[in-house]
Amino acid sequence: MATKAFQKIYTQITQITKATCSLKAAGIGNEELATVNGKLAQVVKILGDEITLQVFEGTEGIPTNAEVIFLGKAPTLKVSEQLAGRFFNAFGDPIDGGPEIEGEEREIGGPSVNPVRRLQPSELIATGIAGIDLNNTLVSGQKIPFFADPDQPFNQVMANVALRAKADKIILGGMGLTNDDYLYFKNVFNNAGVLDRIVSFVNTTENPPVERLLIPDMVLTAAEYFAVDHNEKVLVLLTDMTLYADALSIVSNRMDQIPSKDSMPGSLYSDLAKIYEKAVQFPAGGSITIIAVTTLSGGDITNAVPDNTGYITEGQLFLRRDSDIGKVIVDPFRSLSRLKQLVIGKKTREDHPQVMNAAVRLYADAANAKTKLENGFDLTNYDERTLSFAKDYSENILAIDVNIGTEEMLNDTWKLFARYFKVEEVNIKQELVDKYWNQ
Amino acid sequence: MSTTGKVKGIISNLVIVEVDGAVSQNEICYIETAATKLMAEVIKIIGVNAYVQVFESTRGLTVGSKVEFAGHMLEVTLGPGLLSRNLDGLENDLDKMEGIFLKRGEYTFPLDENKLWDFKPLANVGDSVEAGSWLGEVDENFQAHKIMVPFVMDGSFTVKSVASAGQYKIYDTVAVIVDAQGKEISINMVQKWPVKKAIMCFNEKPRPFRLLETGVRIIDTMNPIVEGGTGFIPGPFGTGKTVLQHAISKQADANIVIMAACGERANEVVEIFVEFPELEDPHTGRKLMERTIIVANTSNMPVAAREASVYTAMTIAEYYRSMGLKVLLMADSTSRWAQALREMSNRLEELPGPDAFPMDLSAIIANFYSRAGFVNLNNGATGSITFIGTVSPAGGNLKEPVTESTKKVARCFYALEQSRADSKRYPAVNPIDSYSKYIEYSEFEEYISKRISPDWTAKVNEIKTLLQRGKEIQEQINILGDDSVPIDYHVTFWKSEVVDFIILQQDAFDKIDAVCSIERQQFMLNLIMGICRANYHFNNYTDVMDYFKRIINIGKQMNYSEFQSENFEKYIQQLNGMLAENQVQ
Repeated sequence: MATKAFQKIYTQITQITKATCSLKAAGIGNEELATVNGKLAQVVKILGDEITLQVFEGTEGIPTNAEVIFLGKAPTLKVSEQLAGRFFNAFGDPIDGGPEIEGEEREIGGPSVNPVRRLQPSELIATGIAGIDLNNTLVSGQKIPFFADPDQPFNQVMANVALRAKADKIILGGMGLTNDDYLYFKNVFNNAGVLDRIVSFVNTTENPPVERLLIPDMVLTAAEYFAVDHNEKVLVLLTDMTLYADALSIVSNRMDQIPSKDSMPGSLYSDLAKIYEKAVQFPAGGSITIIAVTTLSGGDITNAVPDNTGYITEGQLFLRRDSDIGKVIVDPFRSLSRLKQLVIGKKTREDHPQVMNAAVRLYADAANAKTKLENGFDLTNYDERTLSFAKDYSENILAIDVNIGTEEMLNDTWKLFARYFKVEEVNIKQELVDKYWNQ
Repeated sequence: MSTTGKVKGIISNLVIVEVDGAVSQNEICYIETAATKLMAEVIKIIGVNAYVQVFESTRGLTVGSKVEFAGHMLEVTLGPGLLSRNLDGLENDLDKMEGIFLKRGEYTFPLDENKLWDFKPLANVGDSVEAGSWLGEVDENFQAHKIMVPFVMDGSFTVKSVASAGQYKIYDTVAVIVDAQGKEISINMVQKWPVKKAIMCFNEKPRPFRLLETGVRIIDTMNPIVEGGTGFIPGPFGTGKTVLQHAISKQADANIVIMAACGERANEVVEIFVEFPELEDPHTGRKLMERTIIVANTSNMPVAAREASVYTAMTIAEYYRSMGLKVLLMADSTSRWAQALREMSNRLEELPGPDAFPMDLSAIIANFYSRAGFVNLNNGATGSITFIGTVSPAGGNLKEPVTESTKKVARCFYALEQSRADSKRYPAVNPIDSYSKYIEYSEFEEYISKRISPDWTAKVNEIKTLLQRGKEIQEQINILGDDSVPIDYHVTFWKSEVVDFIILQQDAFDKIDAVCSIERQQFMLNLIMGICRANYHFNNYTDVMDYFKRIINIGKQMNYSEFQSENFEKYIQQLNGMLAENQVQ
């Protein structure tokens, strides 16, 4: 960031910690940006004339006589059509060797949408994956994370979903992304020939962790530009939000805040909500849909990060390797899309809700039968039929490599019902049974 | 001359203000920025320094900014026209705000100053009146909205004049009253009240007893809540807290429903905005929105206003209760409010209690729940506030501070359970852990024996025992295997499954099943009791399962059919036929 004339320059730092430094200065606004020996920093605390700055890169090597320049503004991003197809760092500077962006400078982390101006999300996002389209249908304007262990192929599934969903723009926010994964995304988008629809803001593991805190706000400022100014359907991908939360805890720790659960700051819920609630259907047609990744430690969802996330997002998707078929499926028990009620049976066929529930219920019966088998008990005929059903269902409908339309998913499920069960075992409304049982 | 001050320090939304005069705890002040004024509340005072929590973002605020103190605590405006409004936590009318995004420092008036109301006098000249006395009424969405002597008035007054029937605006004088010293006071339709104080203009608060019908079987039949009662719904995410809460608010037999969306998802509020103007109140046939007020402070709106939002909603509820109305107040979620308290306590560097929540959390929650209740007003009429809050326990652990503090004060406990939700047994209310204390009240027993039947609670208890027994047997079967328990055990287990599937489970998304009238609930319970009390003969346990699965299937079809319709009766016939098959005397 270039220095402008008449900016006050300070050279006397009074206190330095690992992430912050303090100095005496006057007329400074809260959350204003500054540079400390060229490193970007932000005002986080003002007490009288003492200003505390959070230095994003960390304070390594900063001397007490460092040159501190206040920029008189909060962090901003220049927005224009030129963003499309480009890669940026957490400060919004290009990292792809291309030219600087010209456009309107907007403050990031802007205000919330007035809830009465929101439209109810109602547009289905089809992905071809039955674990999503059939059981956990996504809707534009929704926010939903993958809850996944680090060894699961969440980035691949997310990239797949992103490419199949018919979005006008895809904005990727990479936080603590390994360089390999960064290159993976770059390649996938490049090979699909959709690079002109993609904007990426990336903080890799090589960059300082505190910088990550800027990524979601950068991404969402760009998303709002395309969704509001151009009425486009924007799909935002955020990976990995757990690493974002880790950065929050580092900062709050260095600011001497009392930690709450799992050493996370007490404000974790509000901090995450501010990001996820940017998902919205605007009345003029634009929308922001957020698909995120929250990595878990050993599948533990009671940890503060997935727990708070679950309360904020509109559902969550779990990936699981099904040992019966040796493939990854979207777990039908633990996954949930809260907005699916808005589209299933309305935008999809009338039997969708009941077929979905019946299949999951029978799949649950199969899980019980499996437990019985493992414990050495005899199986009933019904138990055995549920087990065969479950395998068929998993292999031919749920597996993420199956790519079919919703109607086909429904027809196939009815066929499985008829193959393995009697009508009264399926518990579906009679009028639907009459219509679809023997189709 | 009101007190003023200057900003001295800023830590996120906590601002330290040096003041030049007297300030009081919880006083409201406005901080001037270049573009606008930001509203804030005093939460701590040390010497000349007042610590204020700002209800907005403090981005760009500088030291030295001017602060003006308002001389009063956080107040809400009360008057006709609140119904059907979408308010924020500080009672700003969200619909009046311009643009798609919320602007910082924009405050809008919650009422309509120019609307004409049909006023009818109720008091007579010479009447002796006090705070809360009804002077007249106007018609608000087809309900009688009482114009009262303002709650802040102290002592007794004499009515000097009351306006004659006709059309008036909210600020027109509709009555003049005279105090003991002969001083005349003009009364219009608007009054103000500080949200953190309870409105106590009533004669007494007896134990509540009258069933509040919600149309949800697992509540009305199994764990009833009463008019003026308190309840809470804790549950991990994804167990259906919000769906259950929305179901109650749509169907409950209340005059006024206030929904406080406190720190939750904006799309859930949008759902209310979209549905309520369309849906009908099953008791009056009018549109739901006509009896509803929404207080929305969603999770991305300023945190400090989140705390205010529940108090704003409660104060509005108390206002309508003083008119002799049945008010239902729902808060989703009280955990978010507690978290807002935690954030601020943390910034104030207070010593933390459990899980870093403030030490007085329990007292704050108890105090808030105690504002609900059934009251006898001074004029003999009755009114009630039924309060149901949801709790979002961290990690689904019910031993956390907010759940524990709430459990001490709320009288109904609807525990949502992950395993029930996972197997799609909705509403996922755990039938064994949940309770309603009201079922033990002799006042309730007396009421319900007239409303339904004298042996009602005995039947409900019998069913609860069966569910308990069914659960025990299921555990035994899991350990021992199907073969190793007597066939009788299977029969008892499957009877409990019949209760679970036909009484407890209810499809909130099916038009017919969603609402179950108390008459229908009575019919179904008696029908199921008949099935459960009968003795059966079976040769092996798979026959037991097949038989009861067929019964469950018929029962489900009944729940999907219109009560007492032809289809419904057809299923009863089928059921009776099946019972005759295997029953033994």
